Parts: sequence; C-alpha cells; structure tokens
Amino acid sequence: MSTVLANQERLRIFGLLSPAYLWLTVAIFLPLSAMLYFSFLSEVPFGDAEWSHTTENYEAFFQTSTYAILLWKSIRLGLIVTLVSVLVGFPCAYVLAKVIKGRSREALFLLVILPFWSNSLVRIFSWAIVLRGNGVLEIGLNAVLPFEVDVNLMFSTPAIVIGLVHSYLPYIILTSYLALQAIDDNLIDAARSMSANKLTILWRIILPLSLPGLLAGAVLIFVPVVGSFMEPRILGGRVGTYFGTVIEDQFVAVYNWPLGAALSFILLAVVLLILAVASPVLRRAQT
Amino acid sequence: MSGTFLARLGKLWLALILFFLYAPIFVMAFMSFNASQYYQLPFEFSLKWYEKLAGNTEIIDAATRSVGIAIITTIIATILGTAASVALFRFEFRGKRFLQVMLFPPIAIPWLITGTAMLIFFFGIGLGRGTPSVIIGHVALALPYVIVVVSARLATFDATLEEAARSMGADGWTVTRRVTLPWISSGIIAGALFAFAVSFDQFVVSYFLSEPGDSTLPVLIYTSIRKGFTPEINAISTIIIVVSMAVMLVAARFSNFGGER
Repeated sequence: MSTVLANQERLRIFGLLSPAYLWLTVAIFLPLSAMLYFSFLSEVPFGDAEWSHTTENYEAFFQTSTYAILLWKSIRLGLIVTLVSVLVGFPCAYVLAKVIKGRSREALFLLVILPFWSNSLVRIFSWAIVLRGNGVLEIGLNAVLPFEVDVNLMFSTPAIVIGLVHSYLPYIILTSYLALQAIDDNLIDAARSMSANKLTILWRIILPLSLPGLLAGAVLIFVPVVGSFMEPRILGGRVGTYFGTVIEDQFVAVYNWPLGAALSFILLAVVLLILAVASPVLRRAQT
Repeated sequence: MSGTFLARLGKLWLALILFFLYAPIFVMAFMSFNASQYYQLPFEFSLKWYEKLAGNTEIIDAATRSVGIAIITTIIATILGTAASVALFRFEFRGKRFLQVMLFPPIAIPWLITGTAMLIFFFGIGLGRGTPSVIIGHVALALPYVIVVVSARLATFDATLEEAARSMGADGWTVTRRVTLPWISSGIIAGALFAFAVSFDQFVVSYFLSEPGDSTLPVLIYTSIRKGFTPEINAISTIIIVVSMAVMLVAARFSNFGGER
C-alpha cells in the first residue's frame, strides 16, 4: 500500500516538474553543451562543409594578444561599473532602509527599482540622446554655467560607464536595501548608547552585516557587464570594442561560429570562476 | 544636530539618484514630441513622429510580433513555472536542492552566451532562426523568475489549511484547486507579469534568434539606432517605456516586492 502511494507521489512530482525542467534542458543546457562541442570544430558542420576536431579556436585566443587584451578590457569595465555602482548605490540603499520611514519608503523604493524592469536597450538609447554633442546635456550646462563648455561624451568610455551604471544600479540598491533592512535598529541604538561614533557603527556593525547583500549585488552587476555588447556598441562607437562585441561579430558579421563558441566559453569560464569565488559569501547571504 | 544634517544629505543623495535614473528617460520622451529631427532646441511641440510611427508598418509589425511572443511566453512560462513551484514546495525528494540550483544558470549566465549557444543548437537541430526559436528562448529565461516569485508566495502558505481541507474529506486535487491555488493566485499573477516583462524587454536572445526582416521590436530598434538616429524610434521607445513600467507597477501590487507588508 505504502509503495503504491510512494509511486503515485513520485509520478505526481515527475509530472509537475518535468515540463519546466525539460524546457530548461532543451533551451539552456543542451545549447551550452552544443556550444562546447562546436568550439572544438574547425568549420560549421552544416551542409557539405568539411570539418574536423581541433583546438585551434582556443589556440587563437592565446596566439595573439588581441583577445586577451579585449577580455581584460571587459573585465576592467566590469570592475569600474561595479565599483561606481557600489559607491553610488549603497548610500542610497542606506537612506532608503534606515533614514526614510513610513509609507513613502515603499513608494521611493519602487521608484528606484522601476527603471530596472523597463527596456534596457531603450534606456541606453535615451543616454545617446542626452550625451551627444550639441545635445541636452551640453545645452543644459551652458544655460547654467557662466562660461561655454564643450560636452560631447558620446562615443567615449565615460559614456559606456554612465549607461551601464544606469542599467545596473537598481541591482545593488535592491540587494543592499534588503540586507540593510534586516539589521535590527536596536543594535545600532545600543552601540550609540555605548557612545560609539558614526564611523565605528558603520565600520563595525552596518558594513559587516550588509556585506553579503552588497556582494550579491556586485556579482549581479559584474557578470552581465563583462558580457555586454549592446551598450558599448551604441554609446562607445569606435572605442566600444570589447570582448562581448567581438563574440557578437563572430555570430552576426564574420560568421566564424566555432571561434565565437570558443570565445563565449572562455567568457563563461571567467564568469563561473567569479561566481565560484563569491559563492561562499553569497550562500551566507541566503540564510 | 549632525544627525539631521546627515539625514538631509542622504535624502538629497536619493533625490539625485532618482534624477539620474529618470532624467534621460524624460528627455527621450520630451524629444519624441519635438519637431526637429536632430533634437534641435528650442523645443517645438509636434506629434508628427507619432503620426509617422502610425504609418510605419515595419515598426508596427515588430511591435505586434513582440506583444504576441510575450503573451505566448507568459502563458507557457506561468503554467510550467507554477507546476514546478508547487512540486518544489510540496514534496521532499532527492535531488531537490540540485533542481533549485539549476534555476540559476538562465539568470546568472550573460545572455550573450546563452543567446549564441541557443543559435548554434537550434541550427544544429534544424530549427534555425525565427519566432518559434525566440519563444523557446524567452520561456527558458522567464521560467526561473516565475518559479522564484510563485515559490516566495507559496512560502507564506499555511499548510494547516490543506490539512483542514483534507480532514474534511477533500482529495488532493480538490485541495490544490480550492485551497492552494486561490492562495497563491496573487503570486501567479505577479509571476506572469514578470514573465511578460522578461520577454517584452528581451533584446540579446531575440537578437541572435530572430530572422532578419522578421524581428522583434527591441531588435528592430537596435538595428535602426546603428543605422542612424530617427525620431520615430524615439516615439516607439517612449511608448515601450510607459508600457513596461505600467506592467511592473501592476506586478509590484501583486507581489510584495517592496519588502515588509
């Protein structure tokens, strides 16, 4: 009797879970495996193309320094965008979680998170309108300032950084806010009553307790920025060549899919390495 | 004394952040009503870009296609995701933790990598580019969000309610239909809206999977931007931002996304 029930339950679990996980397998996990296989081919194995197994796509990465330099350029962009977002976003999350009280807090929080859920491409495009020479930023600044300034940030690295920070800032505010909110106010009051000054409270209580949330946000920003290609293309123009744009090119312009697959996998390895390093802290953040 | 000063400074900072987040969007919206093609100031009110938009069949087609794809994605992802959430919540079994971890790759791996991998695989199995491929990809990206949101709602579910229903003679299916599902319905609605937003705003995966001339709205916008600025793109972008923000505002009402409540 009990084995019948157990079997029935097993069937039910299987029935509920398998459609979703089958879908993920077909759309995510099999494609990733296929890409790994492709990265070891000399040619795309469609049609009558001659192809063989090879490691030359990975060798290409090491033979010239071009790819390594671009990968480092992307990693550096990721670090800069993450650092700026943390410095800008953490104080903002603190104000939301600890300074503002009552109903307005929820509304303000929603207002900060809302742009994140709107179209990222469109938001990058909106920066292109603001930053271009003779654009709104230049006209606005010249209207306020007593002297003429020339602001043409378009097609520059700062433009890319501004656009990416704008895209991912809500992430760090969200995760830091959730971590900061969990800190008991009594703890801060207790420290204050024992005459700890503000810096001590920040350094010894607030930062250590919110660190998991802060790091989770940092990883959530760093990973997509390293793989970004649309933002550098639109805001960077000629200076916007990054590891991501090179991968994009292999698939939509050069049509060297095996090389693109190998480069994608190198990027994935970097991402997984970073996630692995961060995972002990992130696991602590969950509990 | 210094406390209130710091508090004021903090609020000023928050105000600056909000300005930073919304100013470019407002500039874009503003410019879509400007007569000049090159965003020249002074501002001269005009609806001509919206009129041009109404006659641009390429953009209208792409918009219709995007909405259609988003609706199909939402339906599939919500049904599959809700079923999976219920199983993950209700039952204890071996490998459950592994299944939960499996939800992270679609979210954590950069879309550039998943998108190109899908392109390779779908070509490999003979499906190639096109709307079916785009939908398969979108559902996979939306599923984890649905599962996370519905699971969060399920976590607040009081299991004694089910026991009570069962003790009064309701069978498993009736309990699910009459007790569990009504309780998590707000979570399901929120999950569905998230799925819609994920699909409707998705650019990267659609970019690699959609066929040229048969593309979704974000892909069309990207190719138009790269060809040069057009104020019609401004107008359609403004409409997109308004639509997706409205969807998310509704979603926020259904999930307690804002934290404690």
